[in-house]
Formats: sequence, structure tokens, C-alpha cells
Amino acid sequence: MKRYLSVVWAVLWKDLRIELRSKDIFTSMAVFAVLAVMIFNFAFELRVPDKTVVIPGVLWVTITFSGVLGLGRAFISEKDRGSIAGLLLAPVDRSAIYFGKMLASLIFILVVEAFLLPLMVIFFNTNFISLPLILLLFLGTLGFAAVGTIFSGLAVNTRTREILLPVLLFPVMLPVLMAGIRATIGFMEGDALADMMKWFNLIIFFDILYIVVAYLTFDYVVEE
Amino acid sequence: MSLSRRLLQILNFVALIAMLIALYMALIQAPDAINVDPSIRPAQRIIYFHVPSAWSSMLAFFVAFVASILYLVTKHVRWDIWARSAAELGIAFTVAAIISGSLWAKPAWNTYWTWDPRLTTYTIVLLLYIAYFMLRGAIDEPSRRARLAAVYGIFAFLSVPLTFMSIRWWNTIHPVIVDAPENTSKFGLSPNMLTAFMVTNAAFVILFVTLLANRISLGWAEERMDALKERLNF
Repeated sequence: MKRYLSVVWAVLWKDLRIELRSKDIFTSMAVFAVLAVMIFNFAFELRVPDKTVVIPGVLWVTITFSGVLGLGRAFISEKDRGSIAGLLLAPVDRSAIYFGKMLASLIFILVVEAFLLPLMVIFFNTNFISLPLILLLFLGTLGFAAVGTIFSGLAVNTRTREILLPVLLFPVMLPVLMAGIRATIGFMEGDALADMMKWFNLIIFFDILYIVVAYLTFDYVVEE
Repeated sequence: MSLSRRLLQILNFVALIAMLIALYMALIQAPDAINVDPSIRPAQRIIYFHVPSAWSSMLAFFVAFVASILYLVTKHVRWDIWARSAAELGIAFTVAAIISGSLWAKPAWNTYWTWDPRLTTYTIVLLLYIAYFMLRGAIDEPSRRARLAAVYGIFAFLSVPLTFMSIRWWNTIHPVIVDAPENTSKFGLSPNMLTAFMVTNAAFVILFVTLLANRISLGWAEERMDALKERLNF
């Protein structure tokens, strides 16, 4: 177990270090997120009486769209540099590679969220950040990274590569997106936490289910 | 003629008879639905086409799901042929279910489209399996295509109940504009109608099995064709 975790950590730390040096993924995700919020702002400004009502939708859609940018890169750089072969030749359980990559993607998206949330508070002039919302975002992002990382591994093996990723990912992610938006609306309207529980349960169930399925199937994705 | 070829022909014949019986049951034997407005009673008979299509599509996706698992376990090309054949048929039945549902929605609820949980879920399912075939289409090497498609087939199928639940919960909080879509399959079928309903459902299952058997035999022909092309460097 300790050895397994050290492999996970090694893969994670490698990806984080590459990102800390190049900042490729974070920069494009963050700039894209700002652009998306701006575009949403113009799209809704004149037609929606109170802009704060669109915050939940804008938040989750922006995270999904910018997240898919980062997820698309998870395996492409490995493939292009040929380093994926080295990674797979290592005498370790391959699922550890999956968890390392997944945690790296999770951290990238969480960092973008940490940057996006205060920005949206300023742009929409409403403080909607709360502890349950942060927990919700974390759980939703976990599911997103879990499925996104394995689909990124699928997409990198195709001719169309990252173009295919959103097409594969979005229909599967729909339950998380819906639960996230619905629960965020609930928080903003001050609904009782008990009413929000089923959305939390849905996301938690999604996370567990797909992390297990990804654990079981990742070997087949990277097999050569 | 080989035995399997003969069996296929018998199956085709049985399916033809079953569909003719289904047509008779749906259009002639089944009485009018007395609990709907007289002007839409003929349209109500679409239920004998709509519901069986929907059931067959789910059966098809389930077969594709099981075949995907079996492919990953055994790596036998047979299960890849099964999975892609069943998924293809699933798409065909899903399109049939969505279109017939829309055609019924217009007279019944005065709109071609409602964001009813079933209708919305089916549309997402359609997108899932279109994505499945886009994935297949973007991979050239057959064994890699089969392997990755199988992984996606498993993820896709598992998401269907979650999507359905989330859309249903979404709608229960948010009042739906058109009431009653929740009861689409509870028309209060009278005993005569129930017979027709069951017979048409059975006929569609036979139709599905027949189409699947034909599609699988076509799949084997495709495999042989590819092998021949390979040998001839075509």
C-alpha cells in the first residue's frame, strides 16, 4: 500500500512540476474561464432581470468547459514526448498511474476554481461562496476529474484527439452538472441543507461508481 | 447452406409473422382508448410502437454493455461484433422511440418537445451512443478500437440511470409546464389493450433479436473482408 501511494505521489508530483515550470494548462484554463464568464455576462445582461440568477449555471458550465481543456492535456504531452511508454514500462500497478494523473487534473481544476470563484463574486457583485458550496464543487470536480482522466486516455488514442473529449465526456457528466447546478441554486436561495442532500448523494454515488470503474478499466485504456 | 444461415432465415420469417401480428393487434384488435379525447384516439395507438421501441433500445444497450465487459475479459472479436451490432440497433430503436414520442406529444400535450425525464434521458442516451460510434470511427487499428470502445460502452451504460434520476429530481422541484408526462406509460390500459400491448412488445423483442442476429452475421462478414484486404494489401 505504501509503495502504491508513493507511485501515485511520484506521478502526481511529476505532473505538478511540469505544470509549475510551463504553466501551460493553468494559463489556458484560467484565461478561458475569464473569457467564458465575460461572454456569459454579455449573453445574459439585457435579457435577465437579475443577473445573480444565472450564477449557478455560469459557474458550472464555465468549470466544465475550462476543465475539459485541462483534461485534454493529461495524456497528450506524454504521448507527444513518448514518455507514456516509459511510464507504462515501470514495474508498478498501472492504476497508480491513473490515480496520479487524476489527482493532478483534480488539482489543476480546483486551482482554476479557486481563481474563478472570487472573480465571479466581483463580476456579479454577490457573495455566493459558502462552505457547502465549496464541498459541492470539490465533489463535483472529483467526479469530473475521475471520468475526464480516463476519457482523456481514450481520446489520445484517436485520430481526432482532444476534439473528441468533450463529445465523450459531457453526456456522461450530465448528472454531476445537473446536481451541481441544482444544489448551487439551493444554497443561493437559502434552502435547507437536508433538501440538498439528495444532490450530494447523487454526486458522491457518481464519484464512487466511476472511480471504481476507472480503477477496473484503466489497464485496458493504456494497454499497447 | 450452413445451419446458422438456415436458422437466420427461420428467424427472419418468424420476425415477419410477429410484426404482422403486432400490426393487426395494434391497429385492429386493440380497442380505442376511452380515457383520452376522441380526436386523439387514433394517435394513441402509437403507444404500441413507441413503448416497444423504447424497451428494445434499452435491451440493445444492455446487450452492448454486457458484450463490452465480455470483450475486455476475453478479448475475443466476437464480443466486439456483438457490442457494436447491439449499440447500432440501440440507436435505431432510440430514434424510433424519440420520434414516435414526439408525434404523440403533439396531439396529447400540444408540443413536439417537453423536458420530460424519459424524453430527455433518451436524447442524452442517443448522444452517448453517437459519441460511442465517433470514438470507434476515430481509431484505425481494430483491436485498439474494440478495446477502447468497450471501456466507453461500460461508462456510457452506467450513466443512464444516473441521468434519468437527476432529470426526474430536477423536474419534481421545478414544476413541469405540461402535466401528465410522468404518466406516459400509465394510460390505464383496458384488458384488451393490455393484450395488444404485450403482444407488440414481444414482437419487437423478436424483431430486435432477428436484427441483431443479422447484424452480427454481417459483422463477421466485415471481419472476413478486412482479413482478406489485409492479405491482399488492399
